[in-house]
Amino acid sequence: MTDLEKFNDKIANNIKIEPKDWMPDDYRKHLQRQMSQHAHSEIIGMQPEGNWVLRAPTMRAKVILLAKIQDEAGHGLYLYSAAETLGKSRDTYIEELQTGKAKYSSIFNYPTLSWADMGAVGWLVDGAAIVNQVSLQRTSYGPYARSMVRICKEESFHQRQGYEIIATLAKGTPKQKEMAQDALNRFWWPSIMMFGPHDADSYRSSNAMEWKIKLESNDALRQSFIDKTVPQAELLGLTIPDPDLKWNEERGSYDFGEINWEEFWNVVKGNGPCNKQRIKHHVKAHENGKWVREAANAYAKKQKEIKKAS
Amino acid sequence: MDNQGEIWEVFIQSKPGLAHKHVGNLHAMGEEMALQNARDLYTRRKEGTCIWVVRHADIFSSNPEDSGSFFDPSDDKIYRQATHYVMPEGAKHI
Repeated sequence: MTDLEKFNDKIANNIKIEPKDWMPDDYRKHLQRQMSQHAHSEIIGMQPEGNWVLRAPTMRAKVILLAKIQDEAGHGLYLYSAAETLGKSRDTYIEELQTGKAKYSSIFNYPTLSWADMGAVGWLVDGAAIVNQVSLQRTSYGPYARSMVRICKEESFHQRQGYEIIATLAKGTPKQKEMAQDALNRFWWPSIMMFGPHDADSYRSSNAMEWKIKLESNDALRQSFIDKTVPQAELLGLTIPDPDLKWNEERGSYDFGEINWEEFWNVVKGNGPCNKQRIKHHVKAHENGKWVREAANAYAKKQKEIKKAS
Repeated sequence: MDNQGEIWEVFIQSKPGLAHKHVGNLHAMGEEMALQNARDLYTRRKEGTCIWVVRHADIFSSNPEDSGSFFDPSDDKIYRQATHYVMPEGAKHI
C-alpha cells in the first residue's frame, strides 16, 4: 500500500491520524489553517469580554467572567499546542494572526456595548461554538479531536452563565428586558453567520468532509443551533429578530430568513466594527510581554547552569 | 529555541491509585514554570492529584511507519492470551 492508500484507509475506517503519521500536504495545510483560526478565535474572543470585567454588576458576575476568560485562554492554548504538532511553531501562528494572514471568527469583531452583551455572547456565541465543537470531537486528526473533547467539557458552563445573565435581565424591569432584547437583536445574525457560508457556496468544505476533518456541513450545524436556540428565546419572552423565522412541521425544523452575506464578507475582509482594534490590542499585549518572556528565558537558563554545576 | 519557551508534555494523575495520563502540552521556561502552567492550564476544575511535566525534546518515540515490524514479535504468540487455553467443561472460577 502506498502512503496515500494507507492514509485513505485510516480515514475510511475512522482511525485517527496522529502527528507522526504520513498525511497529504493539503490535509496538513487545511488543519493548520482551521486549527490556528480556531485558536486565534479563542484568544481574540477574550477581548470583547475583557471589556466588561471592571464593570461587572456584582462580585459574583465578575469572578465568573474572569473564570470564563481564563477558560478561553486555556482553550486557545490547547488548540495552539495541537496545531503545533503539525510542524509549525507557535511564533509563526501568532505572526500570521498579527499580520492578517490568518483569520479568526468574525463574531469577535462586533463590540460588546452593554452588560446584556455578556449574556448574549455566552448564550449565542458560545452556544454556536458548542454545536460546532461537539461535532469536531470526532474529527480525524487525533490531537484536534482530543483538544475538542477537553474544550466541550468546559464550554457548557460558558453557555449556561450567558443564558443566566439574559434570563435575569429578561425577568427584570422593562428597561432590563429591553437590554436583553437589544443584545439578542445585535448578536443573533452574527451568531448564525459563525457557521460560515451556505454549503453550496463554501469552496473549502468539500475536501474537509472527505477527510473527515469536518463531519457535518455548515448548513446542518447552523440549523441545529437555530432549532435549539429559538425555544430558549421564547421561554424568556424574547423575540428572534427574523420576521421569516417559523416552524416547519414537515422538516421538523425552523425555516429562517436570508443571511446578509455582504456583511459577513465585509467583516471577514477586515472592515467590521472592531477588526483593527482587536489586532492592535493583541500586538500591544504581545509586545508588552516581551521582556517577561526574555527574563523568564534568562532565569530558566541560569537555573539550568546552576543545576549542572552542582 | 524561540521566545515562547520549550514545549513540555503534561501527564496528570486524576486520583490516587491511577496512572498518570498524557493530557497535552504547553510552553514554559524551565520546569517550575512548566508545572505551574500545567496546573493553570489543565487542572482548573480539580482534574488531578499529581502532575508530571516532561520536556518534549526528551521523549523518544517509536515510529508509526515501522509499527508493523516493530510490534511484529507479539503477533504470533497467541498463547499469551488467556482465551487460548481450553478449559474442561464445568470448570469454574478460572
